[in-house]
Amino acid sequence: MIERYQFHERICHWLTGFAYLYCLATGLAFYSPYLFWLAVMLGGGPTSRFWHPVLGLVFVAAQMWMHHIWRGDVNLGATDKEWLEKARYYVTNQDDRVPPQGKYNAGQKLFYWAMFSGAFLLLFSGVFMWFPEYISFQWRWVRPVVVFIHEGAALITIGAFIIHVYMGVFMVPGSVAAMVHGFVSKDWAKTHHPLWFHQKTGE
Amino acid sequence: MSNGPLQIKAISGHAGPVPGLDTSRDYSVAKLIDVTTCIGCKACEVACLEWNGYPFRETAFDNTYQTMPDTAWNYYNLIRFNEHVDEAGNLSWLMRKDGCMHCADPGCLRACPSDGAIVQYANGIVDFQQDNCIGCQYCVTGCPFNIPKFNSETKKVHKCTLCSDRVGAGLEPACIKACPTGCLHFGTKDDMKELGEKRAAQLREHTSHAHAGVYDPPGVGGTHVMYVLHDIDHPERYGGLPKDPKIPLLVRIWKGPMKWIGNLAIVGGILGVAVHYLRFGPKHAEDDK
Repeated sequence: MIERYQFHERICHWLTGFAYLYCLATGLAFYSPYLFWLAVMLGGGPTSRFWHPVLGLVFVAAQMWMHHIWRGDVNLGATDKEWLEKARYYVTNQDDRVPPQGKYNAGQKLFYWAMFSGAFLLLFSGVFMWFPEYISFQWRWVRPVVVFIHEGAALITIGAFIIHVYMGVFMVPGSVAAMVHGFVSKDWAKTHHPLWFHQKTGE
Repeated sequence: MSNGPLQIKAISGHAGPVPGLDTSRDYSVAKLIDVTTCIGCKACEVACLEWNGYPFRETAFDNTYQTMPDTAWNYYNLIRFNEHVDEAGNLSWLMRKDGCMHCADPGCLRACPSDGAIVQYANGIVDFQQDNCIGCQYCVTGCPFNIPKFNSETKKVHKCTLCSDRVGAGLEPACIKACPTGCLHFGTKDDMKELGEKRAAQLREHTSHAHAGVYDPPGVGGTHVMYVLHDIDHPERYGGLPKDPKIPLLVRIWKGPMKWIGNLAIVGGILGVAVHYLRFGPKHAEDDK
C-alpha cells in the first residue's frame, strides 16, 4: 500500500466537503421553491439563513488551507495540455491512449481551480448578500448583481462537484477509501497515476 | 370591498328584484393620496404607529419638517418634505406620504425565496408574513421603491400592510381614518383611479398645474397606492419617487430563465454521469481488470 493522503489532508478535504455540502443544501433551498424542504429539514428557513454564510466562511477558510497543502500539486503544465487534448480517451475509458499522469491529472486540477475560483466569487458576492441592509438605495443595482454572481458561481461549482463525486465514488474505485484511510494499492497508483507511483516507489 | 360573500341574495317583503344582485363589483382596493391637498400634519404617521402597536421612534432633525430620514421596520409611513424651485423662481413645498405602493406585480414577492413569507391578496394588498420570513432580504433587492425594512434583532422584514387586518374587517386603513384634510382616499381601485383622474383634470383646468396627473406606474403592473401629483412628469421631485419603477431586470432573469437553465444543468449533469456509468463503467486498476 502507498500513502496518498496524510491525516491533515483528509481532515482538510472532509472539512471543505462538509461545509460545501451544507452550503449546497441550504443554498439550493433558497435557489428553488421546490427544494425549500431542504432548509426545513436542516432546522428551518431562518436557521439555514443564519448558518449558510457562516459555513460559507468555513468553506473558504478550509479551501485556503487546502491551497496551502496542495498548491504545489495542482499547477497546470505542458503534460496537462496534452492530457486535455486526449481527454476524450480518458472519458471513454481508453486510458492506454492518455499520457501518464502525476499525483493529479489535468481533470482533477481543473476541478480544483473551479472550486478555488468559485469559492472566491461566492465569498465576495456572499458578503454583500449577507448584509444587504448596508447597501444604500443609490447603490441598489449592486444587490441583484451580487445575487447573479453568487448563483452563477454556485452553478459552476455544482457542475464540478457532480463530476467530482461521480469520479471519486463510481468511476475510480479505491478513491473514497484513499480519502478515508489515506492509502491506495500499488496497482491503483500504477494504473491511475503512474508518474506519481514512480516518484513514490522508484519502480 | 370585502363584502362579496355578504352581498344580499334575497330580501323579505321586498317589492321587485334584489338591488345589485348578479352585478359584481371590483373588489380590489386602493389608496389614493392627493398630495396637492396634503398639509403635512403627520396624523397618518401617528395613526399608523397606533394601529400597528409600535412605540414612537426616535426622530432625527435634519433641518426639514420630516420626522426622520427614511421609513423603518417599525415606521411604515413617512411624510417626505421637499422644496422645489422651478425655472421662474417659484418655490413649491411638496409633501408626499411615503410607504408601500402595493404593486400589482410585486418585486418583493417575486424575489422572495421563502414559502409563504409574502402573500398578495385578491384585493391587491401585498402582505409580509413575518412567521415565514427567513431574513434574507431578497425582497429589498426586488423592490423598486425602497420599502421593505429589516429588523436586525428579529431578522425579519416589515412594511406597510395597507392595514390588511382592518380592511379584512371592512374598515379603511388607519392612515385614511386619521387624515384631516381628506387628501387620503380609500376604495376600489377603479373608483380611486377615476377619482384621481377627476382631481387631476380639475387641477389641470383650474390651476396652474398643467401637468397634473395620477401616478399608477405600469412598470410594476399598476399600484394599489396611487398619487395625484402636481406634475406627473417629475415624480422624482417628491423625495425619490421613481419615474418609471420596474423590478430590476437581473431579478427577473434570476427568478426566471436562470432558474430553468440552472435546473436543466443540474439534472442534466446528474443524468449525464449516470448514463456515462452505464455506457463505460468504472476504471479498474490493473489487479482487478
